Amino acid sequence: MTEFGQRDAWVRELLAEAGAACLAEAGVAPDAVEHCYVSNMASGEFEGMTGVPNALAHDLGCLPAYTQRVDQTSSSGGAGMYAAWQSIASGASEMTLLVGGEKMTHRSTSEATDVIASLTHPVEYKHGVTLPSFAGLTARLYLDQYDATRESLGKVAVKNHKNGVDNPHAQFRKEVDLETVLQSPIVADPLRLYDFCPITDGSAALLFCPESVAKEYTDEYVVIAGVGGATDTHVVHERSDPTVMNGVVESGRKAYEMSGYDPDDIDVAELHDMFTILEFLQMEGLGFADPGEAWRAIEAGRTERDGDLPINTSGGLKSKGHPLGASGVAQGYEIYKQLLGEAGPRQVDADVGLACNVGGFGNCVITTIMEASA
Amino acid sequence: MSHEDDVEGGADRDPDAGETPAMEATRYADGSITYPGHPIGPDGAEPVGTVDLSEYTATVVTWTTSTAPPPGVDAPNHLAIVAFDIDGEAVQALGQLTTDEVAIGDEVTPVYAPELRDPAAGIREAKSQDWDGYRFEPV
Repeated sequence: MTEFGQRDAWVRELLAEAGAACLAEAGVAPDAVEHCYVSNMASGEFEGMTGVPNALAHDLGCLPAYTQRVDQTSSSGGAGMYAAWQSIASGASEMTLLVGGEKMTHRSTSEATDVIASLTHPVEYKHGVTLPSFAGLTARLYLDQYDATRESLGKVAVKNHKNGVDNPHAQFRKEVDLETVLQSPIVADPLRLYDFCPITDGSAALLFCPESVAKEYTDEYVVIAGVGGATDTHVVHERSDPTVMNGVVESGRKAYEMSGYDPDDIDVAELHDMFTILEFLQMEGLGFADPGEAWRAIEAGRTERDGDLPINTSGGLKSKGHPLGASGVAQGYEIYKQLLGEAGPRQVDADVGLACNVGGFGNCVITTIMEASA
Repeated sequence: MSHEDDVEGGADRDPDAGETPAMEATRYADGSITYPGHPIGPDGAEPVGTVDLSEYTATVVTWTTSTAPPPGVDAPNHLAIVAFDIDGEAVQALGQLTTDEVAIGDEVTPVYAPELRDPAAGIREAKSQDWDGYRFEPV
């Protein structure tokens, strides 16, 4: 994957950088790629560049591979993993390259926020709703409904920034303390600046193939044990309890069922911490904590790197950054590195890992469970 | 199929005649109500009528103040999710608040605004949707 952050490169260049590095690292020749997928939410809206899968396949010499763009807003990367897995499982391809990427930082925060908010229903959009404002609405309700403290949300940011320090790809490689988080400017009350991920440029890539093909290249690979996708209401306020993300619950249920694993089997997880409150909501939706109880896990240190369920060892979207279409792929990349024992100073003891990629405000969700090869 | 046959409240008002448009929710054959309406209801039920939510008060479910609104929206932007009780049927809506002097559980009433956001400022095509609607004001 590329370095995440503010990059001079444009989306076509970012995709090519990550894709070329992935092929080189795996020792796979470009002409061996049969399917080439690009996870991307809005290259047309951000920079007026469409047709990116075609461009990528040409730039990497993957012709005449079948190409396809996967757009599922912020969960485009996870949806790309699902599509790539389907291409292999169906027998349609024996070597699929998935590259997720987005170029965003040339836009102002206001413009980028509006591009993302364009996923909302007209009755939401006309009120100026943004994804951060959904987070503020939900965080206030969560803090009101349960015993969670504002400080516990801040500790999510502190933890993930601490993890990001050891990730050479991360946008922010610096620790923040709780006081800094809690004193930062309000963005969507009660959430503050450090409760939110940044706007980011970047790209990440993974290769998918049958195990029989993988063994031709290496003895060390990771297996997709289970994957599930689900959709919740487009109109967020139609959910009877906005603190419950049914897309997370359903996608997780499907992934657990396919894999045969349950929440207790997960050794490491990458969750979609676009906002700190989302880490709690996904922990609860995925069965890592009971409703209203996830905040206790971070207070007890359970989700720290040395805890019993390390979450967002990469630094998460919060510290690593969130180049929309790349994020789900980058989550998979971190789990891949953890399961192969290649995560360097971020390494935890893990045989089974989970990635949860959220689009919209829980509108579309992909959960993927991965295991180390036997 | 027509769901204009069973109109409750003021959903039949004419904005061209200077009347305030309705805050139109949709009622389905199974009795459920959603705002906005959908071609098919939550459990596959057909739309059978409309309800003008502007004639009811609602309760604040949650709220926030956004200090970084998108283009065409004044800062700060106070927003709330509110719940209406329409003869025992719950229906929720989201909208701007007229003030941040509000708390969860407060009662609010819809107040019409001819333009909630500058249609020309954002990424969405201005003609693709309407831009008027209802803010919520504490009772």
